[in-house]
Amino acid sequence: MATGKVVRKLGDDISTDIIYPGRFMATVLPTETPQYAFVDDAGFNRKLKAKEIPPGSFIVAGGNFGCGSSREQAASCIKGYEITVIARNFARIFLQNSINVGLAMVICPNIEAEEGDELDVTGGKVVNRTSGKSFAIESLPQARQAIIDAGGLIPYARRLLLERPVR
Amino acid sequence: MGMTYVQKLLARACGKSAVALGDVLEPPVHLAMSHENGALVINQFNEIFQGTGREPKVWDPSRIAIIFDHRVPAESSKTATNQKKIREFIAKQGITKFHDIRGDVGGICHQILPENGYVRPGQVLVGTDSHTTTHGALGAFAFGIGATEMASVWALGNILNVEVPGTIKVVVNGRFARGVYPKDLILYLIGKLTAEGANYRVIEFHGETIRSMPTSGRLVLCNMTVEAGATGGVIPPDAETERYLREEAGVKEPLDLFGPDADAVYDQVVEVDAATLAPQIACPHTVDNVKPIGEVAGKKIQQIVVGSCTNGRLDDLEVAAAILKGKRVADSTRMLIFPASWRIYAEALRLGYLADLIAAGAVVCNPGCGPCLGIHQGALADGETALATTNRNFKGRMGNPNAEVYLCSTAVAATSALTGVISDPRGVN
Ligand code: SF4
Repeated sequence: MATGKVVRKLGDDISTDIIYPGRFMATVLPTETPQYAFVDDAGFNRKLKAKEIPPGSFIVAGGNFGCGSSREQAASCIKGYEITVIARNFARIFLQNSINVGLAMVICPNIEAEEGDELDVTGGKVVNRTSGKSFAIESLPQARQAIIDAGGLIPYARRLLLERPVR
Repeated sequence: MGMTYVQKLLARACGKSAVALGDVLEPPVHLAMSHENGALVINQFNEIFQGTGREPKVWDPSRIAIIFDHRVPAESSKTATNQKKIREFIAKQGITKFHDIRGDVGGICHQILPENGYVRPGQVLVGTDSHTTTHGALGAFAFGIGATEMASVWALGNILNVEVPGTIKVVVNGRFARGVYPKDLILYLIGKLTAEGANYRVIEFHGETIRSMPTSGRLVLCNMTVEAGATGGVIPPDAETERYLREEAGVKEPLDLFGPDADAVYDQVVEVDAATLAPQIACPHTVDNVKPIGEVAGKKIQQIVVGSCTNGRLDDLEVAAAILKGKRVADSTRMLIFPASWRIYAEALRLGYLADLIAAGAVVCNPGCGPCLGIHQGALADGETALATTNRNFKGRMGNPNAEVYLCSTAVAATSALTGVISDPRGVN
């Protein structure tokens, strides 16, 4: 993977209501959801929309990132900016949604990083170039990795569909 | 080695004699539920069929349920257009379990599925809603998934990548004190387990208190297991499950009732003495920030909400009406009621509960999600505080990130409506 800067540091239990508030749920298309990413974090949302945040940047969070609603917009809105989320761990539905829509996320149980730090995600670890420390990544179960390798759940499901007889 | 309830359920669903923790399965889905977010599912579903030369057809229209509840009646033209698109898809695909915006069959998805007899013990049930865990109350392995995942279920009929989860066994014994309810029990448990304490695992409920609890209370417990991060909550089916399905849900065909093995292996066992519980309050802005009512009593509240898929059932309306009958909602607060389904609404009307609530000054809204997620009803002003029987108090819930939401039982909500401050229902009435 790549090198990039930490553009936002967040705590534990960041819910989907923070990432993508319920009041924008009628907007569903992955091309339209990014405008509402972290909309109540006004400064961050403005920077995102102004394209001040380069693709390949990182959000670093604590535990249980993406807890709450099953709304997939919470994954697609971040994906729209090609940001990678690194967290101590992820809530189940959010993790699966991220895999399905192709949002890059990294499970890194001991991650230490501050806003502005430069990170490198390579072969099984996150290297914090600013602090000089590195942290092990927890790999995904194989079956989930297969969906990522296929380019998301849509191509993966399409392949399975074609293996089955026509209804 | 013995199997937990969900292990056994998954083994049966997959036609295997046993499954082990961590096995990755692709069980067939018995019921797939969506609401307004079906609009996104339809997009993704059509995408899957792109370039395959096949016509987009769902695997089994009789196993799909779609309920309009999150924004009913539509609050914007955008929502109305989404709903129209879903209606057209439903007609084209021949989906029969459809609950439109109607006073006879409408309501919140997590009440509509049980009350119509769609949920059965032993089912694998998925829904594009995190509180799909609710249906574990009737012995289904029920969990929330995203829209793309649902599109894949509609296309294939299986749910991919299900890892056999570990289970936390919760054993509850003892009788609730007067004024203490299943909601207090689940809030207490979430506080104890924390918001991520049950991540990727199932909570299986046991004990005397659960055995003697009506299905309405069991639905409350399982509904909120996701707030501890659980994939699902489950109550092994028993005589009460059968009673509910036969008498209240009109299910006629034979039921497949089974329980976990006596020597099942659990990740963790938590024991609770229900008799020692006080009413519990989840304080802003996380559901695990739970305190006994004594620590927050007296807090001023501007909006009280009774309803939702958690506590909007007939017994909730009965409790609220009993507390408010012949009395008055305090002038310093406002009270909103939104029953979980129109069937419940009609029954509460017939029994006079709604008349008592209205006479006391409460506003009775139409069944639906309404204020729970703050999209088009009951939004809060900056700096306001709400006390609600719903299941989430995240920042921004109820439509305003500059407001606060406390969660409680119906008895606490109704008692507090009389005073305008968080008030203990014990000893009242
Ligand atoms: S009532 Fe609230 S928690 Fe329940 S389904 Fe509706 S929005 Fe979700």
